[in-house]
Amino acid sequence: MNRIVIALTMSSVLALAACKKEPPEEIPPAPRDVSTPAPTPAPAPRGPQPGSQAHFSSAMAGADTIYFDTDQYDIDATDMAALRRQAEYLTQYPSTRATVEGHADERGTRDYNLALGERRANAARAYLVSLGIAESRLRTVSYGEERPVDTASTPAAWARNRRAVTVMID
Amino acid sequence: MKKAALLTAIAMLFSAPAFAQSSGDLLPDLDPAGISAQPVETTMDDGGENGPLRGTVTDDSAWQDTGIAIPAFATNREQPTPANSSGTTALGQELARVVFNDLRNNGLFRPVGPDALPRPSYEQITAPAFSTWQGRSAEMLVQGYVRAGTDGRLTVGCYLYDVALQSELAREGWVVLPSEWRRAAHKCADLVYSRLSGESPFFDSRIAYIAETGPKDNRIKRLAIMDSDGANHRFITNGRATALTPRYSPDYRKIAYLSYTDGNPRIYVYDIETRQQVLVTESSNPTFAPRWSPDGRWILYSMAIGGNTDIYRVSASGGGTPMRLTDSPAIDVGGSYSPDGSQIVFESDRSGAQQCYVMNADGSNQRRISFASGRCATPEWSPRGDQIAFTRIAGDFNVAVMTPSGGNVRVLTNGWQDEAPTWAPNGRIIQFFRSERGSGDSSIWQVDLTGDNLRRLQTPVGASDPAWGPVLP
Repeated sequence: MNRIVIALTMSSVLALAACKKEPPEEIPPAPRDVSTPAPTPAPAPRGPQPGSQAHFSSAMAGADTIYFDTDQYDIDATDMAALRRQAEYLTQYPSTRATVEGHADERGTRDYNLALGERRANAARAYLVSLGIAESRLRTVSYGEERPVDTASTPAAWARNRRAVTVMID
Repeated sequence: MKKAALLTAIAMLFSAPAFAQSSGDLLPDLDPAGISAQPVETTMDDGGENGPLRGTVTDDSAWQDTGIAIPAFATNREQPTPANSSGTTALGQELARVVFNDLRNNGLFRPVGPDALPRPSYEQITAPAFSTWQGRSAEMLVQGYVRAGTDGRLTVGCYLYDVALQSELAREGWVVLPSEWRRAAHKCADLVYSRLSGESPFFDSRIAYIAETGPKDNRIKRLAIMDSDGANHRFITNGRATALTPRYSPDYRKIAYLSYTDGNPRIYVYDIETRQQVLVTESSNPTFAPRWSPDGRWILYSMAIGGNTDIYRVSASGGGTPMRLTDSPAIDVGGSYSPDGSQIVFESDRSGAQQCYVMNADGSNQRRISFASGRCATPEWSPRGDQIAFTRIAGDFNVAVMTPSGGNVRVLTNGWQDEAPTWAPNGRIIQFFRSERGSGDSSIWQVDLTGDNLRRLQTPVGASDPAWGPVLP
């Protein structure tokens, strides 16, 4: 079942990529594939400064964060899609730098969670680098279990807290 | 808004290479007298024979039920003292209260304190009115005195008597600065405890921990220290940067701990006397989980390079090349030395989940020791060497002990999340912290090796990451 869904997604990605060939707009194209159309550079004159954290966060619409299973740090297909959007943004604004923050849920011991957050942040960073983002533009920091976004003690909350978040360095 | 400010701070710190760091978020107003670890002078100036008696206790099995009367300490002459605004008579009452609370709070013995007992005269300290105490069904009697010397220092004497036998079991005396009067009381409690139980003393010791305030998603975590009974509480950092996982050096002169003061998780070694701190190692990589060797010469730390965490050892005196002790692609973290310094127990998920491993101090001969059900995390070797305490993760998190070969696992607590055990200096009591489900509020607890005597430590605010130091000199 999963396999079929993935296959369909892949083919539509290819179709999209195929249609999108001709006009190399003024922005340099994303390094590998172009699974999702490049975010239209929000031309809001009063909006946040392009390249700023506020602008990035709003442009990502949630894709600034990827999530992990308990004690895991592998990048799955959903994470890859989100990281590709991040990479496109970073490519579009080549003077920006970003921090990838790694987090763990509260259901772990403190030192292990710090190490786990490091793993997660580095996994996300490594994928961004594989998409062509210069290593020097990306730093990592682990907050372990110290900065939950959801303070409940439930499996759903823990799932939201096991994350890596990319944040622009303003 | 808050996030923007935070990011600015991180960005500013990102470019600033910090090795030595002076004040930053360290509090400036520590009273060095209250946190010094100066040896207490033992005195034997009471005439009579020499020194404490040594021998075996007549009834070892029932000592925990022993009734002990602890009346107010007497004074030879009412005098003013900086240790108590009401003078030495009131100080004598306070001294006995500290001894009483030490012995009572640990579930050892059945002590009766000075507020419920008649006050002996100064002359009676060495010649107890045994008939009075027999009438009160006391089996043991602790009496003491306090004298203020011309130099302001205090002399405190402590005597333990067997009421039925009408004989002296132990005596000792100490000369202390007025600011350290509580230490004399802890030494007295230690004398009584070790004489009656046959165990090593532990009351005259200190604890470093993390004080927690604020909501779960914006918690302020400050480095703090206190005596083993919670007295002489002091904050060391102001909370601007998150502080975690402190460890006292064996001589109490330094504290290694993690701080985000430059925006990254890094271990600093804080010098209590100079109030300066330095990075444990000059590296841009994150470092965490600091641990001292028992002789204070080495510090273990965990460092992540490219996301992979391994355990390293560096000289505590600074300088020197760090030695990498583990090299697996898994998370290898923490570490706790055996008392003789020859081995290290640590935690690794190289098997796929957190388990406990032992290696030689140079990193050789790594072998897994935990094979019981559940995961094994935060192992801490007992100062006696006979047990390893750890966080057992099997659904809930609980504190458990096992032998150094991983056998005879005993679970000592049953909270929702009890973690990070630390040993009392005598290896008979364990402190840990407990987090409440939902609120995440944390508190420090202690439990003895039977698991029967569990109690919460009183701290001014929330508390986590306790680290118990050795007995003070």
